[in-house]
Amino acid sequence: MNPNTTKITPALVAEHGLKPDEYQRILDLIGREPTLTELGIFSAMWNEHCSYKSSKVHLRGLPTKAAWVIQGPGENAGVIDIGDGQACVFKMESHNHPSYIEPYQGAATGVGGILRDVFTMGARPIACLNALSFGAPEHAKTRHLVSGVVAGIGGYGNSFGVPTVGGSVRFHSRYDGNILVNAMAVGLAETSKIFYAAASGVGMPIVYLGSKTGRDGIHGASMASAEFDDDSAEKRPTVQVGDPFSEKLLLEACLEIMEKGCVIAIQDMGAAGLTSSATEMGAKGDLGVTLDLDKVPCREEGMTAYEMMLSESQERMLMVLKPEKEKEAEAIFRKWGLDFAIVGETTPSKRFIVCHKGEVMADLPIKELGDSAPEYKRPFVTAQKLPVIDAGAVEARGSIADALERLIATPDLCSKRWVWEQYDYIIGGNTVQRPGGDAAVVRVEDGPKALAMTTDVTPRYCEANPFEGGKQAVAECWRNLTAVGARPLAITDNLNFGNPERPEIMGQFVGCVRGIAEACKALDFPVVSGNVSLYNETNGKAILPTPSIGGVGLLEDFTKSATLAFKQDGDAILVVGETAGWLGQSIYLREICAREEGAPPPVDLIEERENGDFVRSLILDGTASAVHDLSDGGLLVALAEMAMAGDIGATLDAPPDDIPAHAYWFGEDQARYIVTVAAGKVDAVLARARNASVLVSQIGKTGGETLALHGERALTVADLNRRSEAWLPAYMAGEA
Amino acid sequence: MKAAVLVFPGINRERDMARTLRLVSGSQPNMVWHAEHELPARTDLVVVPGGFSYGDYLRCGAIAARSPIMDAVRTFAAKGGLVLGVCNGFQILCEAGLLPGVLMRNENLRFICRDVYLKVERSDTPFTRGYNAGQVIRVPVAHGEGNYIADGETIARLEGEGRVIFRYASPDGMIDPNWNHNGAINAIAGIVSERGNVLGMMPHPENHVEEAIGRTDGRGLFAGLTEALGRAA
Repeated sequence: MNPNTTKITPALVAEHGLKPDEYQRILDLIGREPTLTELGIFSAMWNEHCSYKSSKVHLRGLPTKAAWVIQGPGENAGVIDIGDGQACVFKMESHNHPSYIEPYQGAATGVGGILRDVFTMGARPIACLNALSFGAPEHAKTRHLVSGVVAGIGGYGNSFGVPTVGGSVRFHSRYDGNILVNAMAVGLAETSKIFYAAASGVGMPIVYLGSKTGRDGIHGASMASAEFDDDSAEKRPTVQVGDPFSEKLLLEACLEIMEKGCVIAIQDMGAAGLTSSATEMGAKGDLGVTLDLDKVPCREEGMTAYEMMLSESQERMLMVLKPEKEKEAEAIFRKWGLDFAIVGETTPSKRFIVCHKGEVMADLPIKELGDSAPEYKRPFVTAQKLPVIDAGAVEARGSIADALERLIATPDLCSKRWVWEQYDYIIGGNTVQRPGGDAAVVRVEDGPKALAMTTDVTPRYCEANPFEGGKQAVAECWRNLTAVGARPLAITDNLNFGNPERPEIMGQFVGCVRGIAEACKALDFPVVSGNVSLYNETNGKAILPTPSIGGVGLLEDFTKSATLAFKQDGDAILVVGETAGWLGQSIYLREICAREEGAPPPVDLIEERENGDFVRSLILDGTASAVHDLSDGGLLVALAEMAMAGDIGATLDAPPDDIPAHAYWFGEDQARYIVTVAAGKVDAVLARARNASVLVSQIGKTGGETLALHGERALTVADLNRRSEAWLPAYMAGEA
Repeated sequence: MKAAVLVFPGINRERDMARTLRLVSGSQPNMVWHAEHELPARTDLVVVPGGFSYGDYLRCGAIAARSPIMDAVRTFAAKGGLVLGVCNGFQILCEAGLLPGVLMRNENLRFICRDVYLKVERSDTPFTRGYNAGQVIRVPVAHGEGNYIADGETIARLEGEGRVIFRYASPDGMIDPNWNHNGAINAIAGIVSERGNVLGMMPHPENHVEEAIGRTDGRGLFAGLTEALGRAA
């Protein structure tokens, strides 16, 4: 019996993750019962991961345009103009479920996938970043997951040859059963040589490039679209295996055929592999596609059409080739030792036809496969606002000095050196600012331009107030780029949430997206690419809402970039922005008072912009000697980080009388920076600030070997460094 | 200087190396594909750069060491030509039999990327003439398998003949296990061949040659080579 003619039962439909009404939609669309291969194709195209069926209606509210945006969402990656005929191509994407099941390969292929998205567009990757959320340190699997994920990210990026220059790592029990691995890649291209997915021309050869197709990753995208339960480990075979060596060859070969003008359209085979890449190229070009699976290079014998169409084997691409360039393109791929096979052609029919062993296994309307995917306006509820916590009513626990010592050694605030030392962050020879700063800075070729990049989000704020949390994620990203002196240009958003079929989760999603939109508009900071990852929950327990924001900014002259390290004794320490002592949802409240409560700090986007523009001007004219944005842990944690980075202490003035000391030092009011300037320049800076209506005040001066706080015991910088560096290595060694 | 930078599939620091050679020597190196059988005419320096040749899937450098171009490199080295291997390049030179010993996995079993301090043991080689003997330089490492080892007899010979050129050290030049990040025997970071014309080293001097990008401690190696080769020509 031909398995392709298998009777489609309701159970089979359910196994493919399709709801009965979605199956009815298929029947209505094609007017007959689908073949097994067709059912597989629909399940691949209509799952949440590929179709954005729950999120699409809300994503339309995001601003995606600006004068410098060349390509917004909808392609493999976003593209922005950075002047001089150069473009920056970037995107962030999640690989959460695979990384929980098989951390090394899950994370590695996450990196591989996002790199392909970038070089598919004709860009050479110049940097990677990531945003990682793990469960509580005491959870039984956390250590294993951290170890595997970090090794996987390093293992792939290091071998591929791209510097991994930045990222974030957090721990929270809400990620116990569902970690987040968000990987971002940034590439450099010429504006005149960007490649897109839309096919053009009838009868054009469709070429399969890269590694062979195996049985790995079948239904990977469907797995990413379902919740986890206790049997999740059984899904291990759906995780793909990465081969960074092949990807490096694929990169070089692709860039070479693009340079030689062989390519009409190109699309990487990511989620839903051959199915999604072929239909996308056809649908975007308003053409049909016929595939002959007998020509597909296979790693295993006896693969069925169903398996080939759903395989997520890595390091593969599909390309529409200029027919006259066939020999030249093939020679290039052979030189790099990669597979090159003509597996189909474009047709005028607007049908997606898949043939195998002389039989038609699928014959579907190509545009409707994507366009007719279900789109849901899922019900959502907006959670009640949490009360604002009065700082005066929060009792301080222990001294300020004690609290600082504890905070800088907490899992979220401690040094992440153990992580980033496993990433090659210097390859390329362009890493101006290494991991550990507010944003990484990577020189563009021989300079003087440079790109600044960072990933940010504060999930506990998003949970407490999705709208303010969404705003804050974008604002903090913008602030981090500003703190190194860059002009923030655009973002990629990686929206990680729980099950959208639950109204309260959908409410988090809607609130965060609205907040992101609001901040992007106010800061002229459009969204150019992104990814939505839903169903991040295990046994009904959802993750914290985590819309990771990856931002890119431009420095005209990389030598002017600012770093957070104190530079010399005797500099004046200034705080830019207003300090009110906001303790709600602060790290202090959580770590020192064991309370995860209250409304998060609100973000005033006008103030954010004015303060940031002022700080940037101090950096670009050489006035600022060190700059750091204020975020988790507030003023004193930021000061400690600046002291530790520069190995220089500071003497700090007493807090103002109207703010409790612990709220002053550890409150997380937004739109703030610390800037140091030479003592002689303070008056001029304060005058400039007044003119710009920006609140700036001096709070101390740099120097010495200790952080000297009024009325507190002195803390040596060396000891703070030791504490900050100690926790993660000790934890990973099983000693903490 | 007329340098040839070898390119094997999976090598990824060839662009860094080529840029450094251009910046320091003023001349653009030739990039030589592994399938070639000959080096470009008048090549006076062969550089085997870092990366993950053939994915390091068999044993680091093992497959690259058997590429057609390596026969030409052996012939070149046998005539006294200068050969520099960095990181994966060092591993390839060991696998090709141009240098003794092997590079095992780092002692902590993790990839390590960080700046390290190297004590320059000798300044009377074409590779280190830009430094003083005993000088400490700061350059980055980025490897998972840099833990040098050889049998006791070989180590004794290397030491006895003064062929250990770089050692991992503390910032003030002390040999100390705390500063030997990968656990290499005798803190060995770089060695030369019997004739002294082939240098293999794990750290990346090519990534520390520009003031604006951080440090310039790696520059001395390339400046010294440029001078040595310039004088010879």
